[in-house]
Amino acid sequence: MDKSKETRTADYPAFFKKRFFTVIIFSITPMILVSGIILYQFKMSYHEKVHAHLAELVLKHKQNVDSFLAEKLGDIRVLARTFGFEELSDESFLRDRLETLQRGYGPVFVDLGVINSQGLQVAYAGPFKLGNVLYSTASWFENAMKNEYVISDVFLGLRGLPHFIVTVRDNWKGESWVIRATIDFVAFNNLVGNIRVGETGFAFILNREGELQTKPLFDVIPDKGPYLEFMKTKLKEKDDVQIVERRDEFGNKNIYVAAFLKGGDWLLVYQQRASDAFSDFRRALKIAFAIIILGGIAIVNMAYVFSTRMAGHVARMEKEKKMMDEQMIETGKLASVGELAAGIAHEINNPVAIMVEEAGWIEDLLEEEDFKEGENLDEFQRALKQIRTQGKRCKDITFKLLSFARKTDSRIQEVDINDMLEELVAISAQRAKYSNVTINSNFQNDLPFIRVSQSELQQVFLNLINNSLDAMEKTGGTIDIASKVEGDFIVVGVADTGPGIPKANLNRIFDPFFTTKQVGKGTGLGLSICYGIMKKLGGEIEVRSTMDVGTTFRVFIPLTEE
Amino acid sequence: MGVDEFRILLVDDEVEFLETLVKRLKKREMNVSAVKSGEEALIWLDHDPVDVVVLDVRMPGMDGIQTLREIKRRYPLIEVIMLTGHASFEVAVEGMELGAFDYLMKPINIDDLIYKAQDANKKKAIQREKVRYIEELKSEE
Repeated sequence: MDKSKETRTADYPAFFKKRFFTVIIFSITPMILVSGIILYQFKMSYHEKVHAHLAELVLKHKQNVDSFLAEKLGDIRVLARTFGFEELSDESFLRDRLETLQRGYGPVFVDLGVINSQGLQVAYAGPFKLGNVLYSTASWFENAMKNEYVISDVFLGLRGLPHFIVTVRDNWKGESWVIRATIDFVAFNNLVGNIRVGETGFAFILNREGELQTKPLFDVIPDKGPYLEFMKTKLKEKDDVQIVERRDEFGNKNIYVAAFLKGGDWLLVYQQRASDAFSDFRRALKIAFAIIILGGIAIVNMAYVFSTRMAGHVARMEKEKKMMDEQMIETGKLASVGELAAGIAHEINNPVAIMVEEAGWIEDLLEEEDFKEGENLDEFQRALKQIRTQGKRCKDITFKLLSFARKTDSRIQEVDINDMLEELVAISAQRAKYSNVTINSNFQNDLPFIRVSQSELQQVFLNLINNSLDAMEKTGGTIDIASKVEGDFIVVGVADTGPGIPKANLNRIFDPFFTTKQVGKGTGLGLSICYGIMKKLGGEIEVRSTMDVGTTFRVFIPLTEE
Repeated sequence: MGVDEFRILLVDDEVEFLETLVKRLKKREMNVSAVKSGEEALIWLDHDPVDVVVLDVRMPGMDGIQTLREIKRRYPLIEVIMLTGHASFEVAVEGMELGAFDYLMKPINIDDLIYKAQDANKKKAIQREKVRYIEELKSEE
């Protein structure tokens, strides 16, 4: 079955290919187009959504940090304005103030210091021993003396720990003095460090020099990446957020979100791997691709199956059509021969009838006295007998022609094939005996009855048996007649041990008027009548022959459907 | 009326065939006449009734079957033997169904024809006897 399928497909490779690719193109193209467009739209809107979300996040934290710083600065300012240099220079008072602040705001303020205009820390409250330290050379001090409020960058300072300070300058008796508070780095760091999104999203703060102001969760090299470009950007609005997507030095695509803090001194940077930020989109993309690939495979499979089936179908149709054409030609040939035969039979029969009648008349006349003494009476009578014999021969020929053309008794009857065959064997027995032919029957018992025209079927088998007898007229031999059920058919075989049919003639034996018998012995219609009858019954007749071994005809009679 | 003394009407469009057949039958002392078509046969029968009609199936004008039907309609007792140039089973069956006595195929054997005609006449005689008997029964009532 597979083999026939293959050959069928192979018979129509161009058709198969065309179908196959047409189906694939027409199925896959819209699928890819539609999914592509949808994915693109989804990607755009998802990116927008993620960007907006991150911008919001960064903006919120920027405001958080800004308000944190402003608040701390405000606390120190209130302290300076409320108490003044004199009171705050008292170290025990300063310690009380620190305690108050720490009670109010938690351990955000690490220490407090009061520094006079010479840079000498006159009072200090805090965990470090920094009393009477001279800050005159420290850069933050210069800055603090110049500006009323300063929030410094993160630096190590004398204590050797990263921290930053808030300073407020004030005047007392014409001299400037500065109050300084150290902000707990951990507390501040947490403000930013707590910004965590997904697996790779984190935030940190850079100053204008690109130095880290908080400890980033992952390694950051401020010189690389887009950070310095962010610095250079001049923003119109205070609250503007910048978003950039680009690859880092490791080749990973990152999304960077930045906002300025502290009036533009610091930059809050949030960064996240794009793959992480868009992980939902990635997942959707993966699913979409999986579906597209599965769909593609399904389409290819379907196209293959469909095309194979189509090609097979077309091949079958073609074959059937070819067979039908052949059959049409065959039937057409038989039909036209039939019409011709009927015409000839009628036209020939009448003149022959007249001739025979005239001969009969002459014979009648010869009976009369005048001719009894005639010299050539015997010759006359011989000639007239010959005319009658030949007239009869004409009649036989036309009779056969007519039996070929006419519709025989085609009434459908229940027929027992075995009974019928036995009858035919009995009829042929006499002739077989003269030709020294033995007829063996080998019938399958209990053959189902079939509904056919008995006389037509008789004609078929009688023709076959007669042909076999003719073939073995001189040599003698055997005829084996066998019947059995094969599939949907009753198969009757008629096998003889005659001289066989030459290969060249095998194709033509069913053609009308084809005969190898001597002129006058055969009409060449017998087998074509058989062929026509079997075709009409929906059956088949086939022949196999080997020279000098014998010939077997097999007749396939379709079983009647119950 | 003797068995052999009956009248036959031959109907065939082939004049040559007809003439010879008539001569041969006459030579055998049959009472035979001949016409060339179905129409002529019907006219003949109007004037001169016969016992057996031998009728060719294929003729121009009225064909054998039509003629047979008409003869059987007008003269149910007349027996008809169909003569055919082609042994069409249908025509034979149709003819028999319409009441033909038998059919013969050309070229015919003259003896066969005579035997068939005699048989047909016998049948006709029996039929006539039956009819007469029935009529007698009727008239007695």
